[in-house]
Amino acid sequence: MRRVLVANRGEIAVRIIRAAHAAGLETVAVYSDADEHGRWVQLADTAVHIGKSAAAKSYLNSAALVEAARSTGADAVHPGYGFLSERAGAAKEFADAGLTFVGPAVSTIETMGDKAAAREAARRAGVPVVPGSGPVGDVDEALAAADDVGYPVLLKAAAGGGGRGIRPVASAAELAEALPAAQAEARAAFSDDTVYLERAIDGARHIEVQILADTAGTVVHTFERDCSVQRRRQKLIEEAPAPGLPARTRADINDAAVRLARQVGYLGAGTVEFLLTPSGEFFFIEMNTRIQVEHPISEAITGVDLVSEQLRIAAGEPISFGQDDVGIRGAAVELRINAEDPDNRFQPTPGTLTRLDLPGGPGVRVDTGFVAGDRISPFYDSMIAKVICSGPDRDTALARARQALAELRVEGVPTTVSVHRRLLDEPDVRAGAVHTRWLEELMPETL
Amino acid sequence: MATIKAQMPGVFYRRPAPEKPVYVEDGESISAGQTIALIEVMKTFNEVKADTPGTVAEFLVEDGDEVDVGQDIVRLGET
Repeated sequence: MRRVLVANRGEIAVRIIRAAHAAGLETVAVYSDADEHGRWVQLADTAVHIGKSAAAKSYLNSAALVEAARSTGADAVHPGYGFLSERAGAAKEFADAGLTFVGPAVSTIETMGDKAAAREAARRAGVPVVPGSGPVGDVDEALAAADDVGYPVLLKAAAGGGGRGIRPVASAAELAEALPAAQAEARAAFSDDTVYLERAIDGARHIEVQILADTAGTVVHTFERDCSVQRRRQKLIEEAPAPGLPARTRADINDAAVRLARQVGYLGAGTVEFLLTPSGEFFFIEMNTRIQVEHPISEAITGVDLVSEQLRIAAGEPISFGQDDVGIRGAAVELRINAEDPDNRFQPTPGTLTRLDLPGGPGVRVDTGFVAGDRISPFYDSMIAKVICSGPDRDTALARARQALAELRVEGVPTTVSVHRRLLDEPDVRAGAVHTRWLEELMPETL
Repeated sequence: MATIKAQMPGVFYRRPAPEKPVYVEDGESISAGQTIALIEVMKTFNEVKADTPGTVAEFLVEDGDEVDVGQDIVRLGET
């Protein structure tokens, strides 16, 4: 492996280029019409224009990416997150073109991308799953399954993900009505109308475990993250480690993630997501077979460079550390600064960044793909920057986050900064007493 | 000239999904409140609705084009 094509944009493209250059690898950036002046385009050794602004014509166009790799002599492709990162078909096209895909095998992406197959894999690995059903085809089947699972239930699209394709259902009467609608929605959104039921769990926390697996079969974890502060299942604040987690639960949940990764023959970096109930039970939800947005908080508490490990693993090298070499040092929090208007139901709002003053100092890291003067384009997601603050303990990390927000100035587009300022002062956040519906209960007017 | 304007900047689509038919054809008459297009902004889809009844004389933007807030997207004819 010598030259890596970075099949992504924005902050994660910058992140991958940094890791690749530090590892002595050359980089190829790609860009759409809208991104000609992107920061990652300037930082890479070479850059290739791959198409029009709409993602379907550029960052999702696997043929254009294969051609970009071929024309520049790249021998590997790092997909980042989003876009093609979890599309088995694209991973196969890259492999067929002789390119090393920085990620797991095509078959692993397929298995973990199919919710029912992923649950089955978890069951085989002895990892608890949320009580739920297999696919339900009609109302009678759904009603019978819901009786077994117990109301309230969630009706979920098998091909869904990232919080999409999920409907809460409180009763049998509601279910009869919701099923056809959910099937139609799933067919429209994911070209697959398979749906299944899952028990809805109240007051649960979203806990996810970062794992790494190499070609020698070594699997390690770099502990868990708590991403319970969510609005409509989109994460706003993430923390590592999960605050207040009993040592026993921590060991069990991290171990469960490693078992699942072993079970599916995982390769590379991945995240196993769980719900943790108020009574301390945890259930597998899904596995993300890619690097995640919030990976820096795991890096902050362990000192592991996850993207550099991804590149090592893809090159066939072993993970650079053993499980016993890695521990939790302090705490870290990440704030997602998005171009969204909190006064208007978090409406994403494109525009030009007329000012972007970033915070700094000990324990403050900012990952962004933008500089002042750049345009936040309507074509892609609304994230402007990730502010990651860490310290020897949680109070210090949160205090540094407050200071970082005081220093951060973003002008030209509405942002979520004001919401973060408010949230950091909430007693429940300070106490680590949040769950996945907490934010929606705190700010019902924004739903 | 009566027009329907984009209520927000984003990417303009005439169909609810790539394999679906267009919301309205040229020459079709529409009623107030009817959805005539979508604008995608950063992965969220917003329906564009007609604020008055009329006839679609002409779409002024191509499917998949970027539109700005306030931009005319449909020219309306007489009912």
